[in-house]
Amino acid sequence: MTSTAPVTELLYLGAAALFIMALRWMSQPATARRSVPAAVTGMLLAVVGTLIRPEVVTYQWIVVAAIAGTLLGIPLARVPLTAVPERTGLSQAFGGLAALLVGTAKYYMWLEEGELTHFRAAVVAGEVILGGLTCTGGLLAAGKLAEWIATRPITYRGQNVVSFVMLGAAAVLAVWITVNPTDAWALPVIVGLALVFGVLLILPIGGADMPTVISFLNSYAGLAAVAMGFVLENKLLIAAGALDGASGFVLSIIMCRAMNRSVTNVLFGAFGSVQKAQAAAEERTVKSATPTDAAELLLNADSVVIIPGYGMAVAQAQHRVRDLYDQLTKRGVDVRFAVHPVAGRMPGHMNVLLAEADIPYDRLVEMDDINPEMPHVGVALVIGANDVVNPAARNDEKSPIYGMPIIDADKAQTVLAIKRSMNPGFAGIENELYYAPNTLMLFGDAKQVLGDVVKQITGEASAH
Amino acid sequence: MQLDILTALFVFMLAAFLGMDIIRRVSRLLHTPLMSLTNAISSVAVIGALIVTGQSEDTLTTVLGAVAVFASTTNVVSGYMITDRMLRMFKRREDRQS
Repeated sequence: MTSTAPVTELLYLGAAALFIMALRWMSQPATARRSVPAAVTGMLLAVVGTLIRPEVVTYQWIVVAAIAGTLLGIPLARVPLTAVPERTGLSQAFGGLAALLVGTAKYYMWLEEGELTHFRAAVVAGEVILGGLTCTGGLLAAGKLAEWIATRPITYRGQNVVSFVMLGAAAVLAVWITVNPTDAWALPVIVGLALVFGVLLILPIGGADMPTVISFLNSYAGLAAVAMGFVLENKLLIAAGALDGASGFVLSIIMCRAMNRSVTNVLFGAFGSVQKAQAAAEERTVKSATPTDAAELLLNADSVVIIPGYGMAVAQAQHRVRDLYDQLTKRGVDVRFAVHPVAGRMPGHMNVLLAEADIPYDRLVEMDDINPEMPHVGVALVIGANDVVNPAARNDEKSPIYGMPIIDADKAQTVLAIKRSMNPGFAGIENELYYAPNTLMLFGDAKQVLGDVVKQITGEASAH
Repeated sequence: MQLDILTALFVFMLAAFLGMDIIRRVSRLLHTPLMSLTNAISSVAVIGALIVTGQSEDTLTTVLGAVAVFASTTNVVSGYMITDRMLRMFKRREDRQS
């Protein structure tokens, strides 16, 4: 024990307190801006506390690696906000990679110095398993979110069995290396199995389940940091990792509830691949409207609720949505936004996109608060959302989404739905909403259609 | 800095329960920045990478450690910067007009 140890411990204590405060301030947007400075200060304390530790003797590689990391980190922070989900996946992969590497390095150091114990081997095994699966899982999730690889679930027979055999084998080897800590051949095998398991875990998962899966990966990344804390006997890592793990866990539960699905169903159900059979529906008629009709309807409504979905992000239509909001608000129409918890590709994705387009956050209303008011709403404008407004979730017990909480768009006096074509949505489920007598369809690209509607509104105003 | 396993488990248990309680109170509007913030916070794992790199004497562990420092520094920098960027976008109606 040297003289810097108490200082380090105190700095770590301060860091943990600041991290907790930062997360507490996220409870509302007004205080949330303090969160980042607090957490950055915490991080600085932690890094200073670490660099003064007596065992840290060489700095040159640290400096080189930190500069390289900063150079990559800056462009990654400047991605368009529609790409935030894949950035998140990538950062989870990096977190997993760091845990994997630190665990492996620590194992070889102990092996060299003859200091391996059963406990040390066990926690290293845990760390590399969690780190490895988070690493490849995060990469694959990022690839799917960025659409570098197919977003449809990739499935084959016996998939879950193969995945579990992989994980089981890694677990058996983890026990083996705990009993025989110096059997160094086992570690690379465990690492390999964990990396493959991460890939197998994400392959069968489809785009619509990404909000849940990205939350799970968040949880694993946190647990990997906890495991690193056990390896390095470091309380700060354990505390910070546990906060991250808890956050991912809570978010996954919120996402699962918002889809009325269980955790196992999301992870192993391969949602979106099995419902093709029922797409063979009979020919039915829909009513379509022109932008002129839409403009008139919107202007004559007392209140409008806009329901955005992933389609809005794909079409990059959020700035046109803002124009529409501005024009309608200026003309005395009450415009609000109803955001479903799983709309988009990660938790809260829609809210960030709308905030980026400068839509005030006090206009964003949660599903549970807007639903009782829907019957009094003049126009519900659905932009690129599908399953989250499908009344089959309430009415049709045979529907795969039956029981999922939805935004009751169909209860509004008139529904306007912007959609590219009548092709069913991601999950291949027919949407009754489009055939309802009070629904008018606006076919076309969301950005284009909204631009036309806004032009009609401003044109009409100047004609008066 | 010896840490016995029971103390470590104790810290883990308390932090996990505290975390779940705090996260449940986070505004749903902010779930995306929350995720990037917790990513950034857990990349305090950078200190583990620093310890390994700073104390290592052979090539293998130095390389492993340095790559870990690189990966976690990337997370620290991009995580905080993008969280800050997103949080600045959340404005009320009054803020917007001013």
